[in-house]
Amino acid sequence: MAGGAVSGGSVASDTYKQVRHWLLMPSWLVLGLFVFAPVCVMVIYSFLTKEFRGGVIWEPTLAAYDQFFFDRGLFGDSDPVLQWTYIEIFWRSIWQAGLATFLSLVIGFPTAYFIATRPEKTRALWVFLVTIPYWVNLLIRTVSMKFLLRDEGPMNDALLSIGLIGEPLQIVNTNLAVQLGLFYSYLPFMVLPIYASVERYNFAMSEAAADLYATKWTTLRRIVLPAVKPGVIAGCVLVFVPSLGAFLAPDLLGGAKNFMIGSLIEDQFKGNAGNWPFGAAASMILLSMVLVVLILFARQQRRAEAAT
Amino acid sequence: MNDTAEIAVDVRGAIKRYGDFTALQRISLGIRDNEFFTLLGPSGCGKTTLLRMIAGFEDVTEGGIYLFGDEIKTLPPHKRPVNTVFQNYALFPHMTVLENVGFGVEMKGGSREDAAKRAGEMLELVQLSQFAKRKPAQLSGGQQQRVALARALAPSPKVLLLDEPLSALDLKLRKAMQVELKHIQRETGITFIFVTHDQEEALTMSDRIAVMSAGELQQLGAPREIYEHPRNMFVADFIGDTNLLEVSVDKIEGGRVQCHIGGGHQLICDAIEGVNIGAKVHLSVRPERLVLSDQESDGNSLRGTVTENIYIGRDISTMLDLEDGPKITVRTSNTVRGSKRLIQPGSPAFVNMEAGAARLLVD
Repeated sequence: MAGGAVSGGSVASDTYKQVRHWLLMPSWLVLGLFVFAPVCVMVIYSFLTKEFRGGVIWEPTLAAYDQFFFDRGLFGDSDPVLQWTYIEIFWRSIWQAGLATFLSLVIGFPTAYFIATRPEKTRALWVFLVTIPYWVNLLIRTVSMKFLLRDEGPMNDALLSIGLIGEPLQIVNTNLAVQLGLFYSYLPFMVLPIYASVERYNFAMSEAAADLYATKWTTLRRIVLPAVKPGVIAGCVLVFVPSLGAFLAPDLLGGAKNFMIGSLIEDQFKGNAGNWPFGAAASMILLSMVLVVLILFARQQRRAEAAT
Repeated sequence: MNDTAEIAVDVRGAIKRYGDFTALQRISLGIRDNEFFTLLGPSGCGKTTLLRMIAGFEDVTEGGIYLFGDEIKTLPPHKRPVNTVFQNYALFPHMTVLENVGFGVEMKGGSREDAAKRAGEMLELVQLSQFAKRKPAQLSGGQQQRVALARALAPSPKVLLLDEPLSALDLKLRKAMQVELKHIQRETGITFIFVTHDQEEALTMSDRIAVMSAGELQQLGAPREIYEHPRNMFVADFIGDTNLLEVSVDKIEGGRVQCHIGGGHQLICDAIEGVNIGAKVHLSVRPERLVLSDQESDGNSLRGTVTENIYIGRDISTMLDLEDGPKITVRTSNTVRGSKRLIQPGSPAFVNMEAGAARLLVD
């Protein structure tokens, strides 16, 4: 975040307080303009009436939220029935994001542990290698993934040529392809925070555990994991949250049947749907869900800290 | 000493190499049961490597390690019935003191209740019962030290390994812990292998000391033996303060050697093996075994000039230039009797040696 804030000194003279106030101004400005204001706009838009093909009419209504949860028939005059279309999209997004988080953890933790236990000189190189794909735009990488996975792509060609399969595997336009895309996109967000916490871990504690008759597995479970938990939680949040709102991977790899929230929202603003209030409402619902997840994590963290 | 005592840890020709570097050069030593045994040496001498080899954290390149007769060098650390007190304690920060101490018992297959009960006993032993529910971070350094000790003792190890456990404590606390450790060792009857670079600590606490340097065992013996009969230059120099004088051997007769130092000062001391007439060897004499006087005695007596008196509390250290010879230091106790013997800088004086004070060293 912008602004070099001076944090709490013990000598809080009036001048110091004033200076601190002014030094914090840029940060407050940036936060207000680019975080708080857009969220406000979104909240307001979600309660307005839609204008055909984008834009809003300044008439307050709950229509957007109503559309999300209820079906009122083709002409909007039937009795409201709870409809599952959008809830299903949300549900699919949650488990896709959850699975991507789980897979990233399973692959990312050993990777991070491996890097953190290399000699100090080579660690920076390993970290650099993990981040290399990120020098290429995500869109291009996702398109490349599609080319790799498609029926006539190199993966199917290779599997066919060694005779492992007789027919090309249909991966593109499935949930599996979306999952691979999400997992691939956000894996480093899991590796880096875990690496940072494993690097700070005092390995003498592992030796102490082994000395006290703990097996390697028990040492990992009872000593290492509790010590690096903050890094693991940070990694999970950093993978889960963007996966939940992702639209590139579901759009390009999933096709029309495997919509996720991100694509749904994108479609309301950029695509054919052109329903801004509905997009804003869906975003609000997504944001609330993310907040709930974050608050749960934060509370759990605080409880763990209080116990320390 | 009691040679009949059982050998707890037997290190046989152990060698440790890291690539081209040899950290331990064929060490052999037997550590007796119920013994307070110290590995003493400067940093980098291999003492910690040897301790870690016994614990199982380092592979043995060559040779063997036996625990009560059983070869243990292929066992992983968690299968060796020895426990370690680590230099920086390595307490588990997310567990309470009680959970830390009970961890080993639980891992050995004890129930949580057994672990808690045993941990409680151990905390009583180290007088920390009232801190059982705290986290390690809420304790002082000295208290953490005692938790680490209790944790290592709780699973009743056959041998307890201590890797410079007192080095992080301040002097006063260190002295108190030395006494406590020694006391706990006697009470539990467990063999302690203690690593330190502090020779005073080693002399205070140990039944026997192994002095190490550059990956080699220099001398093995009781504190008194090491201090009063150092086997070589390194041991004489490393343990306590000493005057190391270069001497030429003039005569060997009836177990006595007559020799002289620069300036022609004559000295007589006990002969040792491997010293021949005409050889240039070193002689070690402790400053406190020298007596300052304004009169020459009939034994070994060297004439010189006092250059400085240094007050060091308990003692007073006097530096002298021997006539046409090397410098020498004499230590006089800071008592009424001792102070009377002091001679002002610039005045001539004699340095008289007690019989048997000077020792020849081969290398």
